[in-house]
Amino acid sequence: MSFIEYVLTRPFAGSDNGLWYLLMAFSVALPCSLLGCFLLLRRMALIGDAISHSVLPGIVFAFLLVKDLSSPWLLIGAALSGLFVTVLIELIHTKTRVKQDAAIGISFTTLFALGVLMVSVFVGKQTDLDIDCVISGEMTHIIYYDSVSLFGKEVPEPLLISYGVTALTLIFLLIFFRVLTLSSFDAGLMASFGVNPKVVHYLLMAVLSLVVVTSFQAVGAILVIALLIIPAASAYLCTHRLKVMLLLAAAHAALSSIAAMYIYVSFNCSISSAMVVAGLGLFCLAWLFGPVDGLIWKWKRRYLLAETYDLADRDG
Amino acid sequence: MMFDLIALTLIQKALLAATLLGVMCGVLGTFVVVRRISLVGDAVSHSILPGIVLGFVVSSALGMNRNPWVIFTFATLVGLLSMLTVRQILATTRLKNDAALGIVLSGFFGIGLFLKRSLRPYMESAGGLNDFLFGNLATIAEADLKAIFIVAILIVITVSLLLRPFILISFDVLFAKTLGYPVKLLNLVFYSLLTVTIVVSVQAVGVVLVSAMLIIPASSAFLLTDRKYHMMWIAMGFGAFSGLGGCLIANSFDDVNVPNGATMTLTAAGIFLISYFYAPNHGILAKWSKQRKLERVVRNENALKQLYKSLGDDAALEKSVTLSEFASMNRFSEKEALSRLQSLVKHEYLTVSGKLYKLTSSGLTRAMQLVRNHRLWELYLTNQADYPSDHVHDDAELIEHVLDEATVKQIEAELGFPSEDPHGQPIPKPQPSREHA
Repeated sequence: MSFIEYVLTRPFAGSDNGLWYLLMAFSVALPCSLLGCFLLLRRMALIGDAISHSVLPGIVFAFLLVKDLSSPWLLIGAALSGLFVTVLIELIHTKTRVKQDAAIGISFTTLFALGVLMVSVFVGKQTDLDIDCVISGEMTHIIYYDSVSLFGKEVPEPLLISYGVTALTLIFLLIFFRVLTLSSFDAGLMASFGVNPKVVHYLLMAVLSLVVVTSFQAVGAILVIALLIIPAASAYLCTHRLKVMLLLAAAHAALSSIAAMYIYVSFNCSISSAMVVAGLGLFCLAWLFGPVDGLIWKWKRRYLLAETYDLADRDG
Repeated sequence: MMFDLIALTLIQKALLAATLLGVMCGVLGTFVVVRRISLVGDAVSHSILPGIVLGFVVSSALGMNRNPWVIFTFATLVGLLSMLTVRQILATTRLKNDAALGIVLSGFFGIGLFLKRSLRPYMESAGGLNDFLFGNLATIAEADLKAIFIVAILIVITVSLLLRPFILISFDVLFAKTLGYPVKLLNLVFYSLLTVTIVVSVQAVGVVLVSAMLIIPASSAFLLTDRKYHMMWIAMGFGAFSGLGGCLIANSFDDVNVPNGATMTLTAAGIFLISYFYAPNHGILAKWSKQRKLERVVRNENALKQLYKSLGDDAALEKSVTLSEFASMNRFSEKEALSRLQSLVKHEYLTVSGKLYKLTSSGLTRAMQLVRNHRLWELYLTNQADYPSDHVHDDAELIEHVLDEATVKQIEAELGFPSEDPHGQPIPKPQPSREHA
């Protein structure tokens, strides 16, 4: 086996699982990275944080009603409580003098605390609604779920659900691209065209909740924020154009998913944290070499400027 | 320490720690909330995970299993590093505050989880590392309690010494700079205090809920008072109450292990909910009733004005109207007209004898004031603000009810005591008694 072959097959040797993990990682990272671009432009990066923490009570509540961990009602309950937190934030910061940042903090910590309390009181230890999983996620669990036969292969069900949500997100973004773009940059102009910015806001929040909830199991409540913001931020440092930014963010999602597989097999860490480490590495590259904001270019410009002044001083 | 901590039972220790944490977080939370950096606390609490993992590894390497002081040191250093990173991202890129916080929060946390798994072989035991996520007051170690004590004393001393500069840099950095305060140094002190507070609190209430203890009691206090010193005392009280109450609630569950952080947060949230609705000036109900009152005043005064105009500007005091006349001039239903008239009578703007309603002198004065305010404001907008004269009515219709006499005098003086509005109608001079004389 040649070296290149070794490198290419390393994460996938032995079984199909490596491939499933990679596909799962990408299907989680892609919709997050695209939605993250709009969140970043709307300066709502931390709303993702709030939503991801707040889905917990929704999941537990739905679980208590249906008593089945694989029921789609869990997803619906979670998405609803994710949406609920955005309403709560608006209720606090538009109706009182409490500012938006504090409103975010109050809302999601309260819902999260409620979820933790419900888990410990009602759910207890008898099920695998594991609170550690809630925080950090466990992508490798996808292979323990039922699988569906597709093109002669047994495909894990969570993977299909995740790709379904990814497809929905892409369709949503394609249909509403102009509306989202316009309202991200100039909500006033948007309103003058007769589109209520509030409707756009809640529509985006609904899709975001859905995406966060499906990612939840794979990457956990906190790391999903990394998948939302880091690709978008890295892309933002490289371009001034929104379409390019979206493409770059998607590329970031793909690259960090692939790199994560290598980190995962080399360091025996969880795939989700490997994705964040890889994504952070790419962010640092963008920070250093990004065509728009790269530190290297800034230093070079400063150096050239200083040299020019030096010459001018010597001549003058 | 001050007294023998060992003599306390586990529950007493937990209560003591929770109360102290509430006080500490209340004090610092006041600054955090008014500086609008609520989510910085959240970012720091998540970011210290790699520091805690390193602390575990280093204390294992030094032959000590889980030395709290080593862990605190590393966590504090990484916490400060995370804030430095946020500053650097903000200083060198176009990324905004929210994005920078999000990157650092989730990125550092991801690195922490990565290290937690990959460095597991180098740790003697990882017991207690999971407490980082949800906190565990029930098994709080001697050293944790000592650390909380030390940080609490540190905060009380530093904040009481630096209270004035801290408040100044929270509200008006430029003013603080002009007064010659070393703003950078003060910020460093403040953020260091914040970091050590978060580091010691995380062990007790967990990574997510420490920001709850920072933000929620202080936000409740923010709704209750406009004075910063009061706000700090109230936040401290709420913090202590949430800590103590939450801890007691958690202990009241016998058979299940309820995380203290969750019950403390929910207690604090309960207090916030009450202030959200019932705070005297800034609560929802107070605002709502203020608005309803203003609406009532506007409706009554509009009816009064209409009455005055229809009676003819002169000799309005001698004439009177019946209910049905009043209803038809305002296009009111009889029922609405009656309630409006009754409320005007109650305010002593009208008197009623039989079926006839008459203006009182105070009613006449108020009506003339309203018409004067309206016409003056129209003139002011046309002359001073260059509004076209057909665009000023709606604005004047709103402001006539709230202009006070001092402002009116100022406007009159500025316009040179005019007698006609832009539509050529006379501007009345209220206080008719003086005119008659």
